[in-house]
Amino acid sequence: MFPPIQDIYRIAPELVACLFGMLIMVADPFVPRERKGAMGRLGLAGALGALVAVELMSRHAGAAMNGLLVVDSFSVFLHMIIYGAASLVVLASYDYLERENLQQGEFYALLFFATCGMGIMASATELMTVFVGLEISSIASYILACYRRAALKSHESAMKYFLLGSFATAFFLYGVAMVYGATGTTSLVAIRAAAAHATDHHMLLTLGFGMLFVGMAFKIAAAPFQVWTPDVYEGAPTPVTALLASGPKAAAFAVLLRIVFTAFGDASSTWFWIVWISAALTMVVGNFAAVAQSNVKRMLAYSSIAHAGYLLVAVAAAGAAGEESAAGIAAVLFYLVAYALMKVGAFTIVSHLGGSGEQRLEIDDYAGLSTRQPTTAACLALYLLSLLGLPLTAGFLGKVYIFQAALDAKLIWLVVIMAVTTVVGAFYYLRVIWVMYFREAQQDWTPAPVAPGVAAVMFLTAAGILALFFFPGPLMTFAAHSALSLR
Amino acid sequence: MVPSSYYLVLSAVLFGLGVVAFVFKRNIITIFMSIELMLNAVNLAFVTFSQHLGKLNGQVFVFFVIVVAAAEAAVGLAIIILIAKHRQSLNVERVDLLKL
Repeated sequence: MFPPIQDIYRIAPELVACLFGMLIMVADPFVPRERKGAMGRLGLAGALGALVAVELMSRHAGAAMNGLLVVDSFSVFLHMIIYGAASLVVLASYDYLERENLQQGEFYALLFFATCGMGIMASATELMTVFVGLEISSIASYILACYRRAALKSHESAMKYFLLGSFATAFFLYGVAMVYGATGTTSLVAIRAAAAHATDHHMLLTLGFGMLFVGMAFKIAAAPFQVWTPDVYEGAPTPVTALLASGPKAAAFAVLLRIVFTAFGDASSTWFWIVWISAALTMVVGNFAAVAQSNVKRMLAYSSIAHAGYLLVAVAAAGAAGEESAAGIAAVLFYLVAYALMKVGAFTIVSHLGGSGEQRLEIDDYAGLSTRQPTTAACLALYLLSLLGLPLTAGFLGKVYIFQAALDAKLIWLVVIMAVTTVVGAFYYLRVIWVMYFREAQQDWTPAPVAPGVAAVMFLTAAGILALFFFPGPLMTFAAHSALSLR
Repeated sequence: MVPSSYYLVLSAVLFGLGVVAFVFKRNIITIFMSIELMLNAVNLAFVTFSQHLGKLNGQVFVFFVIVVAAAEAAVGLAIIILIAKHRQSLNVERVDLLKL
């Protein structure tokens, strides 16, 4: 049976992404080699089309596909982040693919399939749908991580991502099976209702939640399940790293928030301490390990672990606040936007400066950049300061909202750990800036001129980071509104 | 009739064996097989709960898991072939360009 037209609108972004993915794959063999640039334009058209489709979707709120998916302001918010990040990555990879002499068509197709899976995760209100979305996005990402077929590091990255990702998925699925066994359903709303009077299955349900959390923690790179992150981020092609750092993390946080606040909303005592411990560990591991890195990609990978920790603090704060959870959830959402902008921007510049074959990835390679390419250096400095959380950047406000939510929930210890680890973070972020601005270049090296796509990403992300600091109102209102739709 | 708890225990044992094999085995193919073992443990749990609760949807989930596992195997084996071709070895300890 064909689904009603309303349901088609509610999955419009996913449909557009899939259609363009398939269109690119079919068209690719017919385009002569010297005109492969057309694939990039088709990819950009698809990304913009998907963003329009998100707008279309937002006008048709409600449950879709027999309650497997839901379109509420929460899922619209997450779609904005995911499809926005994917569009930026399309822009950033245009120049990269040409420079590295990689197949252009398949790359965009896989990127769209991965994005489609993340979109499904953002809207899913049923655990098996989450699983299917998770796998659509993961399987495409495994191939993307392997995309530099000539580079041994890329294979290694893909292998580690694939093995550990599937391992995590198995845990997630076992969790789904246990929750299903305890409640007889996999719909998040029905789980909440069933859990309320299924007291004799409490043990099974708690165990099930633990397994679900392990699966999610892998995807958001939370300790103690973060070991894969630096290796995968370092080995994958840099534009892919930009996608992995922003999209799947946002999608996995969407799933985590839906699971803890919709399905386990009445049982915050079950998960509060799990999230608390994981948040504390993640912040400490991420920040301290980042200090020891000399490779920029690895440093940024550890920094993304640290940021997963900050986001988990906000989740814990929302859990501790009970009925007042909206402030914490809104803080997570706001921070996810800021975080996606900073990471996509930073990795795009790393990809630009890496040069052919990704040769120049050490922090020392950036010496003297401020005199050679002042704009690039200034943008990278802005992203790093925002990651650190200094005023005038979106990262600052994001951290303030998280601190506020955590203080309101009286999580004093988490606030202390977060403050201390943020100060540790200052060391490695400022070191890069110091190298760029105050150290003379060792060798004679001029970075390639900034390609138009890269310039567009730099402009959009830098403008976004500044705009979110000066005019956070509209986004914060939207985030607060989205947070309310979770209950 | 065999009580369903037996099947659940078997499923838990299979899953545990999968985890242990994943952590201790050194051959990439064997590690991949241990993941398949874990997924089959999940399938057994789904079928058991489905039978126990008298609901059919658990059995439908099994088909989802099987299909997705097959797709995952296709991509995973391609990656493994790439590794084997470039390194002449399937030992994970030899795949160590990126320090852990």
